[in-house]
Amino acid sequence: MRAAADAELRSEIEQLLYHEAWLLDRGRLDEWLGLYTDDATYWIPLQANQADPLTTSSIVYDDRRLLEVRVRQFQHPRAHARVPAPRTVHQIGNVRVLEADGPDARVGSTLVLVEYRRERQRVWGAVVEHRLRRTAQGLRIAAKRVDLVNSEAELDGVVCLL
Amino acid sequence: MNVQSIKGLVQADRVHRAVYTDPQLFELELDRIFGRAWLVLGHESQVAHPGDFFTTRMGREPIIVTRHTDGSVRVLVNRCAHRGARVCEAADGTTAEFVCAYHGWTYGTDGRLAGLPLPEGYARPAAQSIDGGLARVPRVDAYRGFLFASLAAHGPTLAEFLGPLRASFDDFVERAPEGEVEVAGGVFKHAYRGNWKLVLENHNDTVHPVFVHASSIWAARREPTAEGAYSEIGVRQMLQNGAPWEVWENTGLWVAGHGHSWMADYHDDSRLVAALAHPAFAEYRAALERRLGREGAARVLGELRWNSIVYPNCSFMSQFRQLRIVHPIAVDRTVVYAYSFRLKGAPERMFRDTVAFSNVVNGTASPVLTDDLEVYERTQEGLGARGSDWVFLGRGQGGDLPDRDGTLRGRTGTSEVHIRNQLAAWLEYMTAES
Ligand code: FES
Ligand SMILES: [Fe+2]
Repeated sequence: MRAAADAELRSEIEQLLYHEAWLLDRGRLDEWLGLYTDDATYWIPLQANQADPLTTSSIVYDDRRLLEVRVRQFQHPRAHARVPAPRTVHQIGNVRVLEADGPDARVGSTLVLVEYRRERQRVWGAVVEHRLRRTAQGLRIAAKRVDLVNSEAELDGVVCLL
Repeated sequence: MNVQSIKGLVQADRVHRAVYTDPQLFELELDRIFGRAWLVLGHESQVAHPGDFFTTRMGREPIIVTRHTDGSVRVLVNRCAHRGARVCEAADGTTAEFVCAYHGWTYGTDGRLAGLPLPEGYARPAAQSIDGGLARVPRVDAYRGFLFASLAAHGPTLAEFLGPLRASFDDFVERAPEGEVEVAGGVFKHAYRGNWKLVLENHNDTVHPVFVHASSIWAARREPTAEGAYSEIGVRQMLQNGAPWEVWENTGLWVAGHGHSWMADYHDDSRLVAALAHPAFAEYRAALERRLGREGAARVLGELRWNSIVYPNCSFMSQFRQLRIVHPIAVDRTVVYAYSFRLKGAPERMFRDTVAFSNVVNGTASPVLTDDLEVYERTQEGLGARGSDWVFLGRGQGGDLPDRDGTLRGRTGTSEVHIRNQLAAWLEYMTAES
């Protein structure tokens, strides 16, 4: 009984992560934003093992409001760094349910992302952690943390969502 | 390239595209500009205690900055005196010595050779043959806690070099209730495929924001104010880029000798500081008043400097505690390190705003910065075209006015005087005999 419930939850979580990647790869950013709760945070730390987004800078640390600004900006015809917009493939792997107590779940995964824009292809790798929450609309993302393997490197502008 | 042909590249209101695209000129710049000028290396707080060090570059020279046991700051070339391996790999840390990975030669925090294996294998002491240890950068100095060094043994003193730009550093430090700032919050390292001058020419360019940042301005305009929110300072900064022309025209823009410039009277706290209505700001003002008195604190807070440019390698923002160091990598490749600072004695909330601000302004994925980087790259590509050799820099030309302390003030804040001034300094460095 317990095992069946676990398998069901696990499958639901995997489907959400795949769906998120699928929306990003098709540029359906408004729908992607719809997967996040109203108090969601989206975090790409600058440092390996960064403890805190408020006293150390981050490649991205967006609350829901900044995330909306970002998604809106991305779709503006003169968002120069995204004209043309990057094309991406998000490959999700090693999905692990780290904690699933009550309405929340903590989920680890890996991400390999291939990005193409203007005659250049870049590959990104990251360890990802989602905090998921059961809401009236279904399972939603309350927080996402993306630890890029090269977050501390000298990086050209990052213009895709991870 | 001889002096005469270099002179022809910079004219009163235009510059030849080769200045941005010619690899030979770039190599010459490393010698004549980055090899001569005072370069900003960082801040004393990065080497607060004996044994502390960080690594950086001066031009393309790999550099270690250390605090020696006697308390002095040493600037060393990060290259083993034996057979050339880089001696220190860490970005920063604390150590008693640097041990080369290759054959174990060991150096003190002053760069002096402290030990080597099989010393008896040399006809005369190895230390003598290698001038004592790691090469030292000939001149090191500091102003208000900011560290500078020059690869040239001779040249203007740091005070002469900075001239009236010192006031921007004063402003940076005076804003701290304890009269001191410290580097904190991590370092952004962003790169672009373009010449190093493009970023320095952009930071006091007040015509670009409305166009380059059109999308983030537009996106931010749809957000109602959210006083006290984490996101507010970022949203306000995006909005500020969309200020009407009269704001930019009325902005103060000054240039000084050696290519320096700064913008002022543009941002004011009431428009930008998200925490202004927050109790933390009142607490901050009170702390500042304890050191400076009511009038002194008002004077400091009334100083509205925006970007200050220390030509050729630094751009900083005293009001929001950001400092960027420009590293030229190749004629068409540049890396910029961006640092945040904490005002000592100010409430923690102020520093959190600094971090939030840095994410939006200097973050590698910033909705603002990424559009600047994109335009640098498009400019570099455009300048590769042979169809036209000249870059036109005539805006405001002939209208710039002499001002106090030997400065020149742009007739309006949209003058390209800051770029003409940088190129005048460029020409001076590039054509000087030594
Ligand atoms: S190269 Fe450093 S010890 Fe030989
Ligand atoms: Fe800009």
